[in-house]
Amino acid sequence: MMKDTPASEMLESECCEPVDEQRSAFQVSRRGFLQLLGSGLLITVTESVSFGQSRATGSRRSGTVGARLHIGQDGRITVMTGKVEIGQGSRAQLTQAAAEELRVSVDQIRLVMADTALVPNDGTTAGSRTTPSTVPAVRRGAATARELLTEMACERWKVDRGTVKVREGAIVHPATGRKITYAALAGAKDIAKVYEAAIPRDVEVTPVSEWEVLGTSVPRPNRRDLVTGAHRFPSDIVRPRMLYGKILRPPSYGATLSAIDLSEAKAMDGVVVVRDGNFVGCAAPTSFRAAQAVQAIAKTASWKAAPHPSSKELFSYLKNHARSGGGGRRGSRGGANGSVEDALEKASKVLREVYGISYIQHAPMEPRAAVAEWNDGTLAVWTGSQAPNRVHSQLAQAFGIESGRVRVIIPDMGGGFGGKHTGEVAVEAARLAKGAGRPVSLRWSREEEFIWAYFRPAGVIEIQAGLDANGLTVAWDFTNINSGGAAIASPYEIRNKRTQFLRSDPPLRQGSYRCLAATANNFARESFMDELAAAAGADPLAFRLAHIENARLRAVLETAAKRFRFSERKGKNGQDVGVGLACGTEKGSYVAACVEVSVDRKRGSIDVRRVCEVFECGAIQNPDNLRSQVEGCIIMGLGGALTEEIQFENGKVLNPSFRQYQVPRFADVPELDIHLLDRPDLPSAGGGETPIIAIAPAIANAVFEATGIRIRCMPIRGVALKQG
Amino acid sequence: MDVTITLTVNGKRKTVTTDPQRPLLDVLREDLDLTGSKYSCGEGLCGACTVLMDGDLILSCITPVGEVDNKAITTIEGLATGDSLHPVQEAFLAEDAVQCGYCAPGMIMTSAALLKKKPRPTDEEVVEWMNGNLCRCCGYPKILTAIRRAARQGSEVKVS
Repeated sequence: MMKDTPASEMLESECCEPVDEQRSAFQVSRRGFLQLLGSGLLITVTESVSFGQSRATGSRRSGTVGARLHIGQDGRITVMTGKVEIGQGSRAQLTQAAAEELRVSVDQIRLVMADTALVPNDGTTAGSRTTPSTVPAVRRGAATARELLTEMACERWKVDRGTVKVREGAIVHPATGRKITYAALAGAKDIAKVYEAAIPRDVEVTPVSEWEVLGTSVPRPNRRDLVTGAHRFPSDIVRPRMLYGKILRPPSYGATLSAIDLSEAKAMDGVVVVRDGNFVGCAAPTSFRAAQAVQAIAKTASWKAAPHPSSKELFSYLKNHARSGGGGRRGSRGGANGSVEDALEKASKVLREVYGISYIQHAPMEPRAAVAEWNDGTLAVWTGSQAPNRVHSQLAQAFGIESGRVRVIIPDMGGGFGGKHTGEVAVEAARLAKGAGRPVSLRWSREEEFIWAYFRPAGVIEIQAGLDANGLTVAWDFTNINSGGAAIASPYEIRNKRTQFLRSDPPLRQGSYRCLAATANNFARESFMDELAAAAGADPLAFRLAHIENARLRAVLETAAKRFRFSERKGKNGQDVGVGLACGTEKGSYVAACVEVSVDRKRGSIDVRRVCEVFECGAIQNPDNLRSQVEGCIIMGLGGALTEEIQFENGKVLNPSFRQYQVPRFADVPELDIHLLDRPDLPSAGGGETPIIAIAPAIANAVFEATGIRIRCMPIRGVALKQG
Repeated sequence: MDVTITLTVNGKRKTVTTDPQRPLLDVLREDLDLTGSKYSCGEGLCGACTVLMDGDLILSCITPVGEVDNKAITTIEGLATGDSLHPVQEAFLAEDAVQCGYCAPGMIMTSAALLKKKPRPTDEEVVEWMNGNLCRCCGYPKILTAIRRAARQGSEVKVS
């Protein structure tokens, strides 16, 4: 008997990382790459990295204090992390983590993020792992440094550790009035032993009850640069002699290049043309010229098209290509308890339904961008990716160079939402830069981002369940085809359960998304819970509560229902107005939402008027930032719930523009009541993803209450409600 | 064929010789190193590239540079006066109305133009005016709060 997978094992992007078609697209020789990178400091970024040269030695071995932080003699503390800032607030939160343990103000800390030559590998920025993994890692590093510096002071003064205090970046000995700052200790000869010390796993960190910096709303440290336009996003990086690139894209998925005449582009002033098999790109002094050059040769290209399914047949295609047994991952993200077949047979009532989830695109404001620069066989790339180390290996592999000759730098970037786990734009920019012999900036267009970035997986979800004579669920059988295994396990107490995720043969390149498949799985599960409640003649809130033992899930659901006055409002709304609720858990956090919708049956439209959402992720580390994440999840979730859907036919995306692909705007923002349940007694979990999973099913349930019509697909198309 | 275009950007006279069909956004970013204005959609549907031309909003990604000859352009880099930020920039900071920040320059320019035209807009007017600007972090609530704050403070300044 298999248990449901515990939350602690649900790491990032477990099921659906995209396949990188470009992995071995280039035939690059190893000639000419003779010079070693040396100290690891190839380039100083837009600002100087002054400490680097002197300490890029043994003291930066991974797992040491020196790999994590450096204390300047001017009192400034540099903290290093492999995490990236995508807008989720990791820069503020990790700064807080270090400040808390070092007993300094956040202004004294400069956080260096995601520069592979300088920072430790903290993994991909995904899966809400910064809060439960990287914040503790930074805290352990900072606490170790604080304790070692304190020991240094105590040794100097020949006093006991218990007689000194650490405050405001200094160690003080109240009995004698002596005081020494970190900055003063940083100049000492024996400071090296602090940097060389290993960070113990079990170093004591500050308990929540004593937090002074964590738990407060520290704003983004670089906020001023963000409102003045001074911050350089990956798209904004400029290098000396830099050119701008443009890639020739196939006219449809799977098409291969049979012939092309490059002469017209080659004849253009200042244009460099690079061809390597199917890869054709141009670099020019302006992006306009590069695009003109690509257009000129695109006219001469002949392509061999490949057959490709269309979005009209998507759900039957995925189901027909589902891999059961050996090829699938049956049970690996779910499991089974009891005997579902027996329980279904004995049940008083059995319901079976199928739900469909469309492909959607992340569409971050900043499309993929990279600047690549070669110097004597070493490669530096500034790019927008959530996975700096993966991009680093991808570049080393693509160009056949040692990893020590590659440096990847991720400036704080313009959104990701799980959509930037790859390095294709970095490889393309580096390919062009190599051909041009000059740095190249490559920025994907919005259309390229819509068509060639990977998608959130579509899926088909089949559920059957049985109710006993008392209206309790006694059997639950849940199968997700293609979209993934995140939050696939039901949080409800049901004796006989079977849950499985089956891979299919996805027609589009697919990968992570904010909260992965948890949105799809929770949409189907929470919609179906309402269907079961209706079949049992029960109230949807009472029906859920009758199946919940988990106190945290119960708390968010009850709080949301109470704040929204769900029970008082249910069944008492005007015509074509309805209320609905949904709850769920993923990545160690808990969410519940109540919504009110009004439906225009003439126009076939759904208007979400009010949302009350309650979210709990343990001890809250930055309340304002968490609120931003919850607001963002709710409103972003409206898009996937109501309008977003990639349509494709004959290998072409039919709606690769914000004109046809509608994302939420100011006018779509409902009245919001957001409540963050703080649990200082529980470990902090990440909060940037799970708040998205309750919104779509709550809407579907409200639409059902308003109209009696159950819509079992995402997006929930209002057109299904159209009358006459 | 390249032409020579003279324009005033953030109070400084600039001359560029270039293809007049190039978007103003590209010229600002690639020729004048003013990268605060952003590309996001390239077809005037998201507002990230918003700048002011002679005080009015324009979408620089769909404005050919040939059309701005002899015009005065203000970009996000030119909104502050020395070290003193524009009230809308201050309000965005005060309300923490920035997530990734990529939409922020366009949001701020669009809001500043609104408040110049209509210092005390209603919420409905704000939403209608801002609806062309996208934020994919969906930080709309805090942006609206920031605009309300800037409107409030702007009028307070005037009264005193």
